[in-house]
Order: sequence, then C-alpha cells, then structure tokens
Amino acid sequence: MESPPQDHRSSSKPQRGVEGEAPSGFARGGGDASPYRTEEMLLNMGPQHPSTHGVIRFVVKTDGEVMNVAIPDVGYLHRSIEKIAEKATYNGFMPWTDRVDYLAAMNCNVAYAMAVEKLASIQITRRAEYLRVIAMELNRIISHLLSVGSLGMDIGATTPFIHALREREKVNDLIEELCGQRLTYNYARVGGVIYDMTPHWDKKVLTFLDQFEPNLNEFDRLLTNNKILRKRLGGIGVISPEDAISYNLVGPNLRGSGLKWDLRKDIPYSVYPELDFEVPVGNGEAGELGDCFDRFMVRIKEMRESSKILRQCFEKIRSLEGEEYQVKVPKKIRPPAGDVYVRTESTRGDLGVYLVSDGTDKACRVKFRTGSFTAMSIVEKISRGMMVADLIAFIASLDIVAPEIDR
Amino acid sequence: MITLKNQLPENAVTNAVDGVLNWGRQSSLWYMLFGLACCGIELMQTGGPRADLDRFGSVPRASPRQSDLMIVAGTLTYKMALRTKVLYDQMPEPKYVISMGSCANCGGLFQPAYSVVKGVDKIIPVDIYVPGCPPRPEALTEGLLKIQEKMRKEKFLVRQKLVA
Amino acid sequence: MNIQEISKKLAEHFPGISIEVVEGAKNPVGGVVVGDTALIVPADHIQKICEILKNVDSFSFDCLSNLTAVDKKDRFEVVYQLFSYKHLHSITLKVILPRDEGAHLPTVDTIWGCANWLEREVYDLFGIRFDGSYDLRRIMLPDDWIGYPLRKDYKEQDDYHGISTTRPSLLQ
Repeated sequence: MESPPQDHRSSSKPQRGVEGEAPSGFARGGGDASPYRTEEMLLNMGPQHPSTHGVIRFVVKTDGEVMNVAIPDVGYLHRSIEKIAEKATYNGFMPWTDRVDYLAAMNCNVAYAMAVEKLASIQITRRAEYLRVIAMELNRIISHLLSVGSLGMDIGATTPFIHALREREKVNDLIEELCGQRLTYNYARVGGVIYDMTPHWDKKVLTFLDQFEPNLNEFDRLLTNNKILRKRLGGIGVISPEDAISYNLVGPNLRGSGLKWDLRKDIPYSVYPELDFEVPVGNGEAGELGDCFDRFMVRIKEMRESSKILRQCFEKIRSLEGEEYQVKVPKKIRPPAGDVYVRTESTRGDLGVYLVSDGTDKACRVKFRTGSFTAMSIVEKISRGMMVADLIAFIASLDIVAPEIDR
Repeated sequence: MITLKNQLPENAVTNAVDGVLNWGRQSSLWYMLFGLACCGIELMQTGGPRADLDRFGSVPRASPRQSDLMIVAGTLTYKMALRTKVLYDQMPEPKYVISMGSCANCGGLFQPAYSVVKGVDKIIPVDIYVPGCPPRPEALTEGLLKIQEKMRKEKFLVRQKLVA
Repeated sequence: MNIQEISKKLAEHFPGISIEVVEGAKNPVGGVVVGDTALIVPADHIQKICEILKNVDSFSFDCLSNLTAVDKKDRFEVVYQLFSYKHLHSITLKVILPRDEGAHLPTVDTIWGCANWLEREVYDLFGIRFDGSYDLRRIMLPDDWIGYPLRKDYKEQDDYHGISTTRPSLLQ
C-alpha cells in the first residue's frame, strides 16, 4: 500500500513515492513503487522556444516529470560587444552599450558613461544627472512590466502580457519624444545627455503616471491576488540568502530572498541620495521566503517606487531651468592609463562596468558584469528535483534576458 | 494542396482559382516566433494592441511545423546558424522568410564582430528585407503587406516556364 | 577597512609572500587618484588568499563581484573584484601571468558558487586555464571554435562550417 507522494514544493530534494513491493516479473528503477521501469531521459529545451527569454538552451535530464538536473547552454547571442569596444572610441561606443541589455538600455548607457567620466575626471551638471535618473526610472517601469507580463504568459495567462504591452506603448511614445528611439535609446553621452526634454514633456509624463498607478491595480487583480498564480509560484525555486550571496545574485532576485540591498540606497551614486523611496523585500507570503512569488512581488512594488521617484525628480528639475545638459568633452578622450570599476543598479540588478585604459583614445578592455549571467549559474543547482513546468516558472521569475548573459 | 502544385500544363488559365487560393493563403499567414534579440521585442509590440498583426490574420505559432512565415528578428550568431537551418527545413511548403532589422539583413551594427553571421541570407533564402534598428511596427506591417502582394501574383497550380 | 589595512593584515597571514599595492590611475591635472587601487598577488597562492579573505571575520568577503582577464601586450592580468555585504568594503586582486599558451592558475570555484561560470568565460575568450576546476569548457562560443578571440593577436577564420565571415560590399 503506497502512501500518496509528498508535495515536491516543500523542499528542493527529489521526492519519490514510498518504496513498496513491485509485482513479480517487472524490474524497478528510480525507487518508484510503480510497476513500470523508468530510465533517465535527456530532453532538449530550446534554443527556439516560446517560453525562454531569448535564445537559451537547457539540456534537461528527467525521470518522468521530475527533473534530475537542468544544465543551461548559453552563447547563442554572443555578439562580441567587448571586442568591439577595443575598436571604437570612448564616445563612439555608446550604441553598442544599448544592446548589452536592450530592455534596460538607459541604465547600460549611463553605467558606461559613468565609468568613462570617473576615469577621465569629467564632472557633469545636475540637470544632466536628473535627466539621466528620469530616463532610468522610466526604463525600470517598462522593463518590469515586460518581465511581469511574460511571467504571466509563460504560466499560461496571456491577458496580463497584452496589458503590459499596452502600457509599454504609451511610455515608448514618451521616450520617443525625448530621444527619438523606441527601444535602443543611445541617450546618455560621456559628459551628460544628448537632448533636453521638450517643453511640456514633464506634464505628459505626469499625466501618464496618474493613469498608470490605478492600472497597476489591474495587475494586482489579474495576477497578484490570483489563487492559481500563488499556487504555481509559491514554494517553487527557493533560493536561500546564503546561496544568493555565494552565487552573486543581484537586484530583485537578491531582494526576493529577504536581503534588503539596493545600490541606490546603500552605495548611492548620481542624485539618488536626494530622493526618497523604499526598497521592497520579499517576505514569503505565498510559501517560503525566496520563492518565485517573492521575486515577482518585489518587481510589482518596485514599479510603484519608480513612479514615486519620477514625481520627485520632476519637482526638483523645475529649479534647474536653463542649465547645460552636456558639458564639452574633447573629441578624442584620452583617460590616464589604469582601470576603474563602477556599479549601478540596473533593472536586473547590479550592472558593473570594468574599464581598462592604456592612455590612448580606444579602450584596452571593457567588461560588463551583468545580473543575468550569474543568475543562470544558479539554475543547475536549484533545478534538482523540480518538475519541468516549474522550471519555466523559475526561469521567468529570475528575469533572465539573453543578451545580458552572452553580451 | 502540395500534391496539386505545378501539376497543370503551362497553357492552362487559372485566374479565378488562383485568386481564391492566394487570398486564402495571404490572409492567414501564421508566423513562427523567432525573436532572437532586440528586434524580437519590437516583433512582440507589433503583435500587441496598437499595431496589431492579428487583423491581417497573422498569429504567432511556436512550432515551425505549424507556420508558413519565418520572421528572423535579431542577430544571428554562428552558434545559432546551424539550428536556424534545421528550423527552416522543418517548415512546410510554401514558406516565406522576412529578414527583420539590420542585423538579420547584413550583420548590421555587429559587422566588426567575430561571432555574428553577416546576414541571414547566407543560410536561408529571404523574400523581404525590412530595414531599421529596430524597425518600427509600421515598417514590419509594411513588410507583411509586401509579402501578401508577392503572394497575390503567384501562380500556384500551373507549371512555371523555366527561364534558361 | 581600506586597502592599505587589508594588505597589512593579509601579509600577517602570509609571511614571505609578496603582496604589493598598486595605486590607481591619477588625474594628470592635480594628481587625484581616480582609478582603483589593486593588490598584486602571486598566482600559486590565490586560492589560499581567497579562502582567508572569505572566512576570516574581519575581512568577510562573501561576494565575488567580478572575475575577468585583461590582455596587456606583454602579460595577462586576471582581475578579481571582491565585496563584503557585512563590512561594506571592496577590494581588487590582480594576478600577473606570462603571456604564453600555457597560462594557468588555481581555481576559486570551491569558495564562491558563481566562480565556475566566470572562469569558463575567461577560458573561452582568453585561453587561461584554471587548475582544479570541476568543469572547464567553452561557454559562449561553439565547442569547435578555433582560437581565443579576446586576445589582441586573434585572427578571424575565413569561414565556419561553410558560412563565409565577410560580406561583399554592394558599392563595387
């Protein structure tokens, strides 16, 4: 008489049915009490798959529906951006930084510009700092919208994805008015930003925020308070705080495991010390602390915090009318020979730029340290004992995007 | 339908039948989700609420066996190139390919790169090239309309005279 | 703790090993240090040094932020950026290797979980081997790629599996 199988979500160890006696004449495998012999299967997921976030491939070894391990295979979008940095000048490398993470392109632009400005000792104006922060927070909102929407779609809910795309279209119009592009902005420059805001642009953004905050309640009704979503995400893919630090998870992934760490508050840069906002942290409300639902909730709360930051920025920038938004930099910047490592809080966590210069006008080495690369390295460990469908939910909750991994 | 292709002799006249068949085919072009990079996001936005591809009958399908249009959206790397050929071969005839964005057209911004294929037409035949980085949804819609225009002129049933 | 204190305390744990402090780049106008100051550490001792840096309470560097390599024309430099969530201090370690085909150094993947993928990336793009690593194979490029691209003297192949690597210009 076998007892019912345990709920696999309570721990990450493989759970099997109770060892019982098999009927005679059948071989047993895998510790299972069923009369069928099971063997380990090698499945291939990707690289073209509707539920991966870009081209990533998983080699999955499963025993029935429960996985033994899922090994990620990356590199299908390796576009050699770091080699191109050695061929382009410091000013001219900006368009390629957009493609490092196209969903948070403003953050990548600003991180690279900050690294060059630190090494070349270029001081930028406060108006340029505020314009950069406004652009980065708007980008954070649309990136989290897409992440939350595609998490819903991967689980099977297609409606929130379309709602997220609708909000994204409105912000795309606003950003197009600011810098001329909808996706790969190329907005920041070494020395400031390239365009100032057009007249009455701030009123348009505030109108958008006035109708965006009630629309977020729509997401709450569709997703957050949805019993099916809570069951599907609660208790899945639990990452303990020690694992999160050892595997160098950053951003909402780290905050979902309970650690209150945000670079904008703890090692502040730019004008963030003057802004007042909270840092949301996961609290294990749907299952365990550090599960997929915590990471999802952190992103929903961060969107509200970003709109608070935007309102404060627009108030403060009113007193900086008429200030320069781009300082004059030489056509060929020649920073002193040496290296510098700059960290910023991008939407997917800590985006670090390690810049090595040898005194000429082209960089010797640029390395982008991204949050998704190290998040992929933890998949192999946490996927042991999960079901295949939960792997999809786990990957979607880590908010992985392929160009950040491969650069 | 594939058994009827190119069956009739060259002097057969099939205008009305061709018209109906082509109208059916062009109004239900199902595309395969092949978003590789940034253009993939604009592909999703084009399928989204504002620039709706569904009004032309195009819905996204995950499997190549269920689609007859492949929109290559994004940069193709050498590691991915071999898989792209496998996916293209799995699509049933008649099939069309749109190369979306400058990376898929000719390598685009990543021409100095060592690991990027300089254009997807080195691997599979392309019907329509849509320029842009990334192309606006309106540009992609225009590309789809041009494929529909191309389909309208095709004679599906009549054996084509071979041009020497 | 700042980097001078860390290097003094580290020298107490490792007498006889040379640990030198290299100052960061200076702004030519005024002489202010703008770059990062680094500790240069010999290659064979990097694993023991990292263990001490992680486990001793006064250092407690529990996070490996970045592991990368730089190809200066006459040498390889492998750079480790460490950070501590407890004491909020950070440090840069550098290992200098001779620039030849057999460049190798001990691995740190038993200390931090994320080190394995970072080391695979360095091996894939530079060809530097990490002794004792449990899984050292290419990660970004296909397995049958020839060469290590981020070296300064890398030459691109003419074709890969029949696909040519250049595109003729239409303007001719």
